Amino acid sequence: MGNFDKKLSTFYDVFINQEAYKEVLTGLKNTMTIAILGLIIGIFIGVIIATIRVLPKYKTLPKVLDGFCSLYVGLFRGTPMVVQLLVFYYVLLPIIGVKMSSVLVATCVFGLNSGAYISEMMRAGILSVDPGQMEGARSVGLSYSSAMMKIVIPQAVKNILPTLGNEFIALVKETSVVSFVGAMDLYVAFNNIGSNSYEFMVPYLAMAIIYIVIVCIITLGIKLMERRLRRSDRSK
Amino acid sequence: MTEANKIDVIQSDGLIVVKDLKKSFGDNEVLKGITTTIKKGEKVVVIGPSGSGKSTFLRCLNCMEDPTSGSIIFHGVDIANPKVDINVHRQKMGMVFQHFNLFNNKTVLENIMLAPIYVGKKARRKKLTDKSVKQIKQEAEEKARELLKRIGLEDKADAYPSSLSGGQKQRVAIVRSLAMNPDVILFDEPTSALDPEMVGEVLDLMKEVADQGMTMVVVTHEMGFAKEVGTRIMFMDEGRFIEEAEPKEFFENPKSDRAKDFLSKVI
Repeated sequence: MGNFDKKLSTFYDVFINQEAYKEVLTGLKNTMTIAILGLIIGIFIGVIIATIRVLPKYKTLPKVLDGFCSLYVGLFRGTPMVVQLLVFYYVLLPIIGVKMSSVLVATCVFGLNSGAYISEMMRAGILSVDPGQMEGARSVGLSYSSAMMKIVIPQAVKNILPTLGNEFIALVKETSVVSFVGAMDLYVAFNNIGSNSYEFMVPYLAMAIIYIVIVCIITLGIKLMERRLRRSDRSK
Repeated sequence: MTEANKIDVIQSDGLIVVKDLKKSFGDNEVLKGITTTIKKGEKVVVIGPSGSGKSTFLRCLNCMEDPTSGSIIFHGVDIANPKVDINVHRQKMGMVFQHFNLFNNKTVLENIMLAPIYVGKKARRKKLTDKSVKQIKQEAEEKARELLKRIGLEDKADAYPSSLSGGQKQRVAIVRSLAMNPDVILFDEPTSALDPEMVGEVLDLMKEVADQGMTMVVVTHEMGFAKEVGTRIMFMDEGRFIEEAEPKEFFENPKSDRAKDFLSKVI
């Protein structure tokens, strides 16, 4: 293991003395920003799409909206995230002539992408809520949208919380593709350390450990949240 | 009432006037033209064999199911017209369901307060009241606690519906609709999903509500309740009202063969 000790001290040297930890921190910040904001945008888009898709379809407008939504979901689920990122950054943005930082572009793409997935989870969640809940709310005079927001969606979110946690974890891990558009993330930061010291074993190991720690923290957070939301299920 | 300006106001002595109400699910015509008038203070009990359209009739009254044709005049407005804001009218037309339909994500107290606060806030936004949100909430809570006290469940105010028994749930559901001060309450088989020993407490509360003069339309299989509380029995079969009479007369002296046949089976 003498060899490993040497690798470790090389890593330590680059990480602390050559201040590579600054890059790692930036990478960590970007990774978390993209994943968290992406998830928030995704939930927002997902709730809207899911609500549209469960609307009763007697009229033309819900039918047309539903068509748009399935097109959206189809497009974003049908292509890999990397492809979406590349198309946005190198095709769409130059065409419309907008300049955006790569982190911002990545956040938007992650949001749009997870919106498509979350909409399907949310739809399943809404359908899993007893229709009687909607009827009860409508019977006391709530409008469809108020009944949805106050009664049905909170219960749907509770039902899909574990899957939503999975989506968040997937997002965190998938941020490693943002290096394709030149953004700094954990992968790029540790890769740079490796390139500078010609020594990849320890940086990559450290990177893996950081990802695992993040995922463990998220898992714990979801568990706590689930317990809080399950209050209404427990009998006192 | 803004919609009253756009839509003809129809004068009548009945609280709810139903004219030639029809409802189909696909090719299946469940209601085949129902006409009746429900007056203020009446306790109408709808009975009939299963599949006769009783529940569908009740659910059409507050447009929980949209009628296929016909009209339902409530407060002088045809609420079967899709242009009418049905939510405003439902606030005055309570409904109690077979499966209670209490909001699972809200406590008992919140269940009762939800609609009054919602309506209060809406009125505030439209500048119809100058009560503050705090006042609206306070009044709703006072009223909710008073109602809970009336049914002896004040200690369950902060419990969630999942911890209540069926009978308790249904009693909360009844006071939830009472909290809106409705003009009529529709009961859709309120005791059918209950354990036998809990039917009594729910029926007792319904009787109490009836005694206070509430107009009620009840779909039920509880013939005892129909006899005791009902002021009018409507016997339904195959999507039509076959017979309509006072309880005493209906149970002692049914006219149609189908009513005789039905009564011989249930009593």
